[in-house]
Amino acid sequence: MVSQAVCADTREDFYENTQNRNAVTMQHMREKTKSCQISHSRFLPDCGLMRQEIIVMGLNHKTADVELRECIGFSAEDADAALRNFQNDPAISEVVLLSTCNRVEIIMTAPDAEKAVTAAKTYISRTKHLPVSDFEKALYIHAGDEAVRHIFRVAASLDSMVVGEPQILGQIKEAYRTATLKKTSGVILNRLLHKTFFVAKRVRTETGIGDHAVSISYAAIELGRKIFGNLEEKKVLLIGAGEMAELAVEHLIRHRVGDIFVANRTFERGVELAGQFRGKAIRFEEIPDALTEVDIIISSTGSPGFILMKDQVKKALRPRKNRPLFFIDIAVPRDIDPEINRLANTYVYDIDDLQGVIEENIEDRNREAMRAERMIDEAVIRFREWYEGLDVVPTIVGLRKKLWGIAEAEMKKTLSHSLTHLSAEDGEAMRRMMNAMINKVLHDPTVFLKNKGCYADKAAYLDITRKLFRLDDE
Amino acid sequence: MDFLIIGILFLYLLSTVGYFAYLFQQKEWLHKAGYCLMTAGFVCHTALIGWAYVRSGVFPVNNLHQTLSLCGWALSGFFLFFQQQFRLRIMGIYAAPLVLFLMILSSRLPVEPEQINNTFRSFWVILHVTAILISYASFALACGAGILYLVQEHAIKSKKRGFFYSRLPSLEMLDSTGYACIITGFTMVTLGLVSGFVYAKWIWGKFWTWDPKEVWSGILWVFYAVLLHERLTVGWRGRKSAIMSIIGFAVLLFTFIGVNFLLKGHHGEFTKW
Repeated sequence: MVSQAVCADTREDFYENTQNRNAVTMQHMREKTKSCQISHSRFLPDCGLMRQEIIVMGLNHKTADVELRECIGFSAEDADAALRNFQNDPAISEVVLLSTCNRVEIIMTAPDAEKAVTAAKTYISRTKHLPVSDFEKALYIHAGDEAVRHIFRVAASLDSMVVGEPQILGQIKEAYRTATLKKTSGVILNRLLHKTFFVAKRVRTETGIGDHAVSISYAAIELGRKIFGNLEEKKVLLIGAGEMAELAVEHLIRHRVGDIFVANRTFERGVELAGQFRGKAIRFEEIPDALTEVDIIISSTGSPGFILMKDQVKKALRPRKNRPLFFIDIAVPRDIDPEINRLANTYVYDIDDLQGVIEENIEDRNREAMRAERMIDEAVIRFREWYEGLDVVPTIVGLRKKLWGIAEAEMKKTLSHSLTHLSAEDGEAMRRMMNAMINKVLHDPTVFLKNKGCYADKAAYLDITRKLFRLDDE
Repeated sequence: MDFLIIGILFLYLLSTVGYFAYLFQQKEWLHKAGYCLMTAGFVCHTALIGWAYVRSGVFPVNNLHQTLSLCGWALSGFFLFFQQQFRLRIMGIYAAPLVLFLMILSSRLPVEPEQINNTFRSFWVILHVTAILISYASFALACGAGILYLVQEHAIKSKKRGFFYSRLPSLEMLDSTGYACIITGFTMVTLGLVSGFVYAKWIWGKFWTWDPKEVWSGILWVFYAVLLHERLTVGWRGRKSAIMSIIGFAVLLFTFIGVNFLLKGHHGEFTKW
């Protein structure tokens, strides 16, 4: 947000001030100090000294049923409106909104997590015309490390309905793009989202999480590739029709298979389907003849018995010089005699076999998911280091403000009671001395907090510092 | 000499380790490491054989020690060439240990006595031996491809898949590589036999003497000829072809080693030890 950007500038300013301490003249110093004071009073209530917390509030396919997800889901326009609303909400500093058919995630940073969550809940309740109690149970709220981990896991597709599905990363990128266009994402979320994309990509390339097919038609294609090597120019025969079978044919077309034949009990329907795939319709009785030519047969008819028997296939093997034949039987009850699998160079997979492949692949993915979790743990720790570093500046600014406040008050008291004979110039000289003292006193703590000296538990040192000087009670 | 042999053994061993690590880990660099180590081993091996040749002035197949070493050399050379052509990486888990095994066997055998056989100076004999060794190497790889084919075919047919399924290439690729190996092997064995006949005619005045070695070589040639013929006409491919290339390799082993120990005849010298 805009104020956030200004705050960031102020911090930069401060860094410069402390780093180039020796080079700065007294005159300069005074100006700097003044500007510092001004910026404190102006920006303190917004975010300057407040610790920003990362919060994720959301629901997904595990916590909410589809009706609720449909109801709460944000369309593109809804999302724009929501971002605009959150932008104007003082409780929320930065926000990115992700809404897919399986999940809604509101990623925020805010000085006070509870207030931000309440604001978000109220907004949902108001715009979706739902009492908060209706969806509250389905919500999960993560803050800090857990929020970071959650976002990493979602992007790496570990939290997806089908673990390892690749779409989610694109959806998050899109959500982030919208947020940057609307300028609702700032220093923290920019960094967080960039890290998220990095981690997700690493998980995808370094683990086998997206390696194996987890849908029937993909599983069939994977098998086909293990048999034929590549599917280019392989001829396909589709027997019957059905959503899954047609989907498989479409996948095959994407792998540049050759001619497609369609056989249907009603020839007209066959012609229609053939038109859809730019294939050729054949009559049901022609299937045995077609076997000499085609390589992949996908069958999905409503026939109560087998429509292809072992003998019919056996006869076709010699004319085709034993080139492999791959039967994919999606029908229940089955269309292809399972005995055909015993013939040489002939492979029959029915729906249960394909299901078996998928289950195995899912197990593989879950195993890979464990490796992915490890990578994510690592990334969370690395993000935390950066995030904690972010707290250093507000703490140092707070310290300086506290000391300067005390000095100002004491000086005023002394100048107006015991040292009334001093001229205005003398008073100014004392101010300069005070300022130099404060700078000298703060030099070592500043270097210590900013340096890697306390890298391991910076948070603890910051916490102690804030408590020692009671920075948070002000 | 001994130092060089140990070095070669070590390189082949590391290459084998690399290929097996590749089988388990499926990391690109492991396969590359296996390949490079094999190449290094092959270069040293070439130096070893070249040195033996220069020293004695004859082709080094005077005893079993030298013959096995030469076989290992031919196999590793052919495998490296083959890898360039077909990129069937997983083949390393078959070829590398086989080469290693041949070299270990060779290094355990006595180097002496080394009787110089002057026939190994003739061009025809050198051609004969080289062609036959290359054909053996390619038949050995065909056998390997056959074994891998059967493993993969079983995985797909039984619908159990398992460890090898994802690690092995497609059936089509295994089958066509095996086929290419058999074609190469058959061409080389034909060349080897013809050069042998020419030499026999020149020395003994006869092409064919019904020597057991000749008979078994003939059987071997006919076996692979039938395999190729059936493949071209009826389409003997896949499982049948894989099994036949394994049986063919067994016949080959008998022709190569078995005949010398169990039957008598000429060609006895190279397995002396």
